[in-house]
Amino acid sequence: MHLDHSHEGPAAVGADALRPDGRRRALRVGLGGPVGSGKTATVAALCRTLRERHSLAVVTNDIYTREDAEFLLREAVLPPERIQAVETGACPHTAIRDDISANLEAVEDLEDAVGPLDLILVESGGDNLTATFSRGLVDAQIFVIDVAGGDDIPRKGGPGVTTADLLVINKTDLAPYVGSDLGRMARDAKEQRGELPVLFTSLKGQDGVAPVADWVRARLAAWTA
Amino acid sequence: MAGAQAGRAALLVLADGRFPAGGHAHSGGAEQAVRAGRIRDAHDLAEYCRGRLHTAGLTAAALAAAAAGGLDPLELDAAADARTPSPALRATARRLGRQLMRAARATWPGPELTALATALPRGAHQPVVLGLTARSAALTPEDAAYCALYEAVSGPATATVRLLGLDPFEATAVLARLAPELDEAAARATARAARAAHEGTDVLPAAAGPLLDIAAEAHAAWPVRLFAS
Repeated sequence: MHLDHSHEGPAAVGADALRPDGRRRALRVGLGGPVGSGKTATVAALCRTLRERHSLAVVTNDIYTREDAEFLLREAVLPPERIQAVETGACPHTAIRDDISANLEAVEDLEDAVGPLDLILVESGGDNLTATFSRGLVDAQIFVIDVAGGDDIPRKGGPGVTTADLLVINKTDLAPYVGSDLGRMARDAKEQRGELPVLFTSLKGQDGVAPVADWVRARLAAWTA
Repeated sequence: MAGAQAGRAALLVLADGRFPAGGHAHSGGAEQAVRAGRIRDAHDLAEYCRGRLHTAGLTAAALAAAAAGGLDPLELDAAADARTPSPALRATARRLGRQLMRAARATWPGPELTALATALPRGAHQPVVLGLTARSAALTPEDAAYCALYEAVSGPATATVRLLGLDPFEATAVLARLAPELDEAAARATARAARAAHEGTDVLPAAAGPLLDIAAEAHAAWPVRLFAS
């Protein structure tokens, strides 16, 4: 007998690990962070690095345009049918945290259209330091900040910096030009996050996204184990 | 029902603007109306909401009340299609219906919701899903009509606060002043839905605002916008 709990109990709740057909759904990783910190560039670099070995898709949450989705299309990091843009009604944090309906729909549509998928990256619209993803939408979240946004951001904390499963501090190549103290950022991040990991990246460098890609691979291995 | 007040708390849950059913990304046409200069202040907002209340709102409310009263949701879905001339608004209504269905099945699961979700996996019209959700929550047809009407005016009011920087107290006062008209429209919608149970869905209201439909088509073609509709 085919056991389908959805006929009686709560159905189609976002965090269920299995799809209605019984297959394991894709691992969903959220990328959040302030405007301009390099979320879209990180997504593009992750796609280029992971697409050979894994079946990928991306959901973007632009604030008022399709610019992030179009950047990914222009860079041709994935075929267009693997990229979906969600509109957020001027509230990017609402769409990833308080009311995740449209994002869950995009995730499900991608699995239906181009699945089976191993990994879906959900990129939030650029927001502030309090924006975090709902656990109903993603399995893990990466918070991306950059050294040029001010080296006091790790010290300021906030839910993104403090609780994200991975904190990425991007644009380390700019540190000497903007007077950011990477050591201080690392110490402050450690203080805020305890044992949670922090990675420094410079996407301008050769294979600059490699540490983040390794972290994602480890999450993928754990998800499919 | 156990009494006149049974279900009141469930009604608050369903009507809450924070109920996670996707509505926050939609302006109810207000974004286009703001751009076109038709909503510039609280007075314009009140007129816009009044127009929407008595046209698209009334039609949606009667559909929701009929679904809550147990009319065939698939037939009501076809009736909703026939009452929604704009393809953009039909797509929006189905998208929001699909999103509401997810929230409804998590909050008040039931066999009728499951059946509709199975029959129309890409989404039924939102007012039909709203009515069926109310039914699943043991609410009345009138409750469902109220929810649909309140959504018809609260969506544009919230969006206008974001789009124009309109004083949020003024925007909420607009809604409060519309309350007596909303009461009256809810009664009309509920009465029409009750008639439809005997006379068929053709007696459901088909009030429409042509400018709302035209504006929705224009808005759907914008390359850059804050709201999905």
